[in-house]
Amino acid sequence: MAIITVNGRDIEIGDHESLNLIQAAQRAGVEIPHYCWHPALSVVASCRMCLVEVGEKRSDGSIVMQPRVVPACQTPAKHGTVVVTNSPKARAAQAATLEYLLLNHPLDCPVCDQAGECLLQDYSYKYGRARSRLREGKLAKADKYHIGDQIVLFTDRCVMCTRCVRFTREISGTAELEVIHRGDHAEIDIFPGKPCNNKLAGNVVDICPVGALCSKDFLYKQRVWFLKSQKSVCPQCATGCSIWIDHNKNIVYRLRPRYNPQANGYFMCDEGRFGYHHVNSKERLLQPLGRQSSEWMPLNWLQLVQEIRSRLDEIRQAQEDHLTALVLSPWLTLEEAWLACQWMRQMCPRAKLVRGPIRDLGEDDIYPKTSRGEAVPRDKAKFIIRGEKAPNRCGLDIILRHYETTIVTWTQWLESIAQQNILHVYFINSDPLWEASALELEALRSLRTLVVHDIFPRDWPSVAHWLIPATTFAEKSGTYINADGLAQTVRPAIIPPEGMWSEARFFWQLLDRTGLYHAPTVRREIASTIAALQPLDADELGESGIPIRSCA
Amino acid sequence: MAFEPVLLRHLQIPGIQHLDTYQAHGGYQALKRALELTPEQVVQLVKDSGLRGRGGAGFPTGVKWGFIPKDHPGPIYLCVNADESEPGTFNNRILMEGDPHQVLEGTIISAYAIRASVAYIYIRYEYGRAYRILQRAIEELYKHGLLGRNILGKAGFNLDIYIHRGAGAYICGEETGLIESLEGKRAWPRIKPPFPAVQGLFQKPTIVNNVETLACVKHILERGPQWFRSIGVPPDPNNPRDIGSFGPKLYCLSGHVNRPGCYELPLGITARELIEKYGGGVWNGRRVKAIIPGGLSMGFMSDQELDTPLDFNGPLKVGCLGLGTAAVIVIDDRTSMIDVLYNSCRFFAHESCGQCTPCREGTAWMTKILARIRRGEGYLDDLDLLLEIANGIGIMPGTTICGLADGAAWPVKTAITKFRAEFEDYIRNSRSRSVTLRETTKTL
Repeated sequence: MAIITVNGRDIEIGDHESLNLIQAAQRAGVEIPHYCWHPALSVVASCRMCLVEVGEKRSDGSIVMQPRVVPACQTPAKHGTVVVTNSPKARAAQAATLEYLLLNHPLDCPVCDQAGECLLQDYSYKYGRARSRLREGKLAKADKYHIGDQIVLFTDRCVMCTRCVRFTREISGTAELEVIHRGDHAEIDIFPGKPCNNKLAGNVVDICPVGALCSKDFLYKQRVWFLKSQKSVCPQCATGCSIWIDHNKNIVYRLRPRYNPQANGYFMCDEGRFGYHHVNSKERLLQPLGRQSSEWMPLNWLQLVQEIRSRLDEIRQAQEDHLTALVLSPWLTLEEAWLACQWMRQMCPRAKLVRGPIRDLGEDDIYPKTSRGEAVPRDKAKFIIRGEKAPNRCGLDIILRHYETTIVTWTQWLESIAQQNILHVYFINSDPLWEASALELEALRSLRTLVVHDIFPRDWPSVAHWLIPATTFAEKSGTYINADGLAQTVRPAIIPPEGMWSEARFFWQLLDRTGLYHAPTVRREIASTIAALQPLDADELGESGIPIRSCA
Repeated sequence: MAFEPVLLRHLQIPGIQHLDTYQAHGGYQALKRALELTPEQVVQLVKDSGLRGRGGAGFPTGVKWGFIPKDHPGPIYLCVNADESEPGTFNNRILMEGDPHQVLEGTIISAYAIRASVAYIYIRYEYGRAYRILQRAIEELYKHGLLGRNILGKAGFNLDIYIHRGAGAYICGEETGLIESLEGKRAWPRIKPPFPAVQGLFQKPTIVNNVETLACVKHILERGPQWFRSIGVPPDPNNPRDIGSFGPKLYCLSGHVNRPGCYELPLGITARELIEKYGGGVWNGRRVKAIIPGGLSMGFMSDQELDTPLDFNGPLKVGCLGLGTAAVIVIDDRTSMIDVLYNSCRFFAHESCGQCTPCREGTAWMTKILARIRRGEGYLDDLDLLLEIANGIGIMPGTTICGLADGAAWPVKTAITKFRAEFEDYIRNSRSRSVTLRETTKTL
């Protein structure tokens, strides 16, 4: 056990942990300010913000301090290391570094997107000085809107920590960003005509400690202090990145990765990051509709529950329940899928349960890329974008396996739809990007009953009999299980628009259950029924989720 | 015993740049002697001689060589630092242009000592002539079996020497900056540890030595460490950290003297003797105002301090950073220290690589302040601000990765502390002038 003294307080760290002084001090509750150091990137020790005094505690208890200040990010924490962050010398070094950083900084916080979550602001307030002593003019550097399709560089705000450069070299491997010029003229730039458009490019905005790299998607949309953040899971692929959903007044403004060593690490891909726009879309289906002869009539939700229930009753009484199918989207949460299956089997005990369509782009996209643009082997991967574009295929399969002997996929089922003489289909799609092809629509056209849940109306009015709005991931409450079998909690950031019911609430009503739908209760109910999901029998799944072995 | 120059001895011999002439004057005998010894014995000889690096830091060469991990499977690299960019320094150029084989012989001996199989000579771009002369000399060596495989019949001793031309950056003279540049990257100095001797060029053990250091190695092999220790200054008994300054040194004398040039003298000669006896005194009968003892980054010595011995220890005693490259620049009494210091700051701001915040911003800020003072818009408290910046970027140890900021800070610190009256006078007088001028224009 190694003992380290931080500002006079002893803390213990494990024998096999290799921590630097920033991390060790964090354990002691002491913040050492830093810009260039990032736990996922290599150490360059160039911002010189984390300068501290370091010494060694001898076995006789005496302390010998080094005469120099040292960067905490570069210094390993060893047994007997003494760190002092608040001595006059360390304070002077921190204040001096901040003064240098602000020399040529435009101080345009009122129009800067980063204001409110800016380390330059925070540290200046804590460690800096109130007034600048610069009597000369500041250097002006031109903004670079061409640096990427999704990112913009406000060059004069940059503190040259080079996190973004190291990110593109070490994590994405695409190395689009570089430093040009020398001294205080140094700037981040791209190679001519080669913008930073890799699939992880949006991360450079997050790791930029100041407002230099901004997201074009979020630019000037909202001041960050108005935003509320909700912990959730990105639904765009089977990686299931932990995310923050930043929202205000029921509008989602941006997604940010949330650190999860078991899923995504520190980052997320641009597909996920910018894939939230369907949540705010004006095109969304907002009200349940029912077709009477050729007319579409708006229904209220209680009416809808009655109509669907009586339709299913008719089917059962007509002995047609074996000609019925429930198609479940892999975008549904574990709980939604469970309630839907339960209801369907209750109404039509012989109904077929089918795994709905999955957009699959084939190969997983593995990062970092080598200099030739090839992917590294999977065991050296630092980030994986899955080809399977669904967040909960694993979870859905576990539910389906509980009810069915084999899992019938969408394509298999569609091929056999004619032979099996299927007459009634309850179809749930929550994937914002999936569209039924003409062939698929044709196969569904001759059905006697087609109930469709979807986020958008799409082509459904021509084939469906009931059209029910579906909720997006930002409105759902439940559990997703990713491709590695990691179960994580999805939390609602916003409420569904226009009094819309979530799928879970709808099935809750159809099942005629009392009280309100509460996802953790349903999750515990599932966990106590399905042996494979037994680990989920807990109040909370924790920050980084719980691995389900039988999945992976 | 009269001092006999060795490094510059053959410089006047016509055709010494050619291998046959060089060999006719005893060339490559030291290499033969070295190959009779084991590499460890060569390292020990250099350790015994007390040779300290001539590139500026004065680190003991033999000790540095000893940091190479034992039994490393290789490859091990030797880098010859010929990126001579310190203002006022030109001894490497004279050695490479005048007696290239002396440098190459020292390089081959050193490569043998550290078991290097490849040596890179990193030469600054401006040294085109030296590059061509060295390149021709290397081709001669390959032709005569002094480079390549099994050199001089010594089984297993293989060495290739490549010359790499820099692209004109001061920072490439810093050893890890040089290594980064050789690897094809931006010359941003690396953080240490790991030190280059453990993980340097291409992540392999690497030794970076100055041209003059390697030339000295040749003579240590030829004449023995005792000869080397007989020249120079023994350790100061009152200073336990002083390990002595031994051997001959090439002093580059420039600035306002009658006979500027490169003089080979024993370490420890005083500045006054160098200027008056060898440099022929200050030009036009003027007096010394200040000198730079060892390249611009070492700071300034005033005329009161001319009797300081120019060994590794001497300049420290009068508040300078060190001996540096022993490039003495003489500044006469009609030169404005404000101009000199402005020029110094401008140089370091231009050459700062931009990696560490204090150096990147501090050097440029000091330049801006001095430019303003020169324009006659200075304030007296600017001087304290300059001292504070200098202290913050370079005097306080550990604030930056490499030594460039130290080099930028010491001239500011020494100039302002030693010539403060001149700065204050200038600020007062120029300021009143410019204020008057402004008021005059207003009334017009």
